[in-house]
Amino acid sequence: MILAQTEGRPLVRWDWIFDHLDDIWARTLEHVTLTGIALIFGFAISLGLSLLAIRYRRTYSPITWVAGLLYTIPSLALFAFLVPFTGLSLLTAEIGLVSYTLLILIRNIVAGIDGVSPAVLEAAFGMGYTSRRAFWDVQMPLAVPVIVAGLRVASVTTVGLVTVTSLIGQGGYGAFILRGLRRDFPTEILVGTVLSVLLAVVFDLLFLQIERRTAPWAHRRVV
Amino acid sequence: MNLLSDVLDFFLTAQSWTGDDGLLIRTVDHLALSLFATMVAVALALPPAVWLGHRRRGAFLAVALVNVGRAVPSFGIVALALPISLRLGLGLGFWPTFVALVALAMPPVFTNTYSGIREVDPAIVEAAAGMGMTDVQVLRTTELPLATPVIWTAVRVSTVQVIATATLGAVIGWGGLGRYLIDGFAQGNDVWVLAGGIMVAALALLADAAFTVAERWVLPRGLSSRDRSEVETVAV
Repeated sequence: MILAQTEGRPLVRWDWIFDHLDDIWARTLEHVTLTGIALIFGFAISLGLSLLAIRYRRTYSPITWVAGLLYTIPSLALFAFLVPFTGLSLLTAEIGLVSYTLLILIRNIVAGIDGVSPAVLEAAFGMGYTSRRAFWDVQMPLAVPVIVAGLRVASVTTVGLVTVTSLIGQGGYGAFILRGLRRDFPTEILVGTVLSVLLAVVFDLLFLQIERRTAPWAHRRVV
Repeated sequence: MNLLSDVLDFFLTAQSWTGDDGLLIRTVDHLALSLFATMVAVALALPPAVWLGHRRRGAFLAVALVNVGRAVPSFGIVALALPISLRLGLGLGFWPTFVALVALAMPPVFTNTYSGIREVDPAIVEAAAGMGMTDVQVLRTTELPLATPVIWTAVRVSTVQVIATATLGAVIGWGGLGRYLIDGFAQGNDVWVLAGGIMVAALALLADAAFTVAERWVLPRGLSSRDRSEVETVAV
């Protein structure tokens, strides 16, 4: 496998890892922060746009069209559009990262709410719920599994994308990948890549737990 | 805006387009490598996916592949391809970029093809078999045509992803349009950054549109393609 030794240079130098635990911890915090900010803002914007799309059905197509357009534009190109204006900054990275969460989140929020059985809604109205209360107390909770499924995909995708932001001076674990490349030091590239995968798994499991807690009635879904 | 007029000037200057490091060659390189890598990925991933989908086996593999594909950062794969390629004596630039792109394009093609075949209504498959079709006939005349929309969408999405990821090839010594971005970031040249970004985005959007237009000739009549969000993709 990858661990093969060629030209007398091992691809993984374990001693480097133990010597750089501080560095790894600092990058972990950076990676989690970059991902967390993107998810929070991405979710807030998506929720707002989804509510708009649910209230005014005609806006759904244009909203998802724009979100789809943002999703199709390569991340580096999107960063390129922003760098001349916002520089090699956290803001540039976050605008890009947030843009990529929108399509997945909006689709899932709207699909989750649409998926609530009309009979349940009918029952809520029959019990005297106003449509506002029915929305927040009945439809939203029942939509949680689908919404969280969207958050799982969005978080895993974002964790991977964060590594790319190393090229614009951010990056979390991506900084290891980039530095390893520049120095031809595969250990660092591997550390960055493997830790990014692990963090993606952690986010995935975290949201899975959230789903179990908030929607215990739902079956475990394999996405 | 000064920058925008500089970028416009850049596009309107003949020298920007010509030469070994001009826009024209880099665009052609970028597109050619992307299409080549996607074709190889499709050639490798499609047959096993079609067969396993037909046999209705390997669901675990399909789910695992797409999850792994999504979790593994494409930047990491591109970066890892370089030291491996160097140690194998394949050099930097083309080969590591190509191999990384093929590896990244395969999981979504596999999983979508698999689920496309698998999701064909069992009643239709049974009817086909009941009419006396052989196994291969059922696959060729019934399952494959009905799965074409999903497969076509998967190929489209993969192509767009590969075009996007090919940009990262510039980090490991390949040319392509990524050069404008990487060199522009490194040297603080906003004109290159913006011009490169425009070219890459245009290429991705045009490829997406081209596949959508071509649908009309590729898909069997009466079937339409799926939405991109329903297709499993890898992050770029």
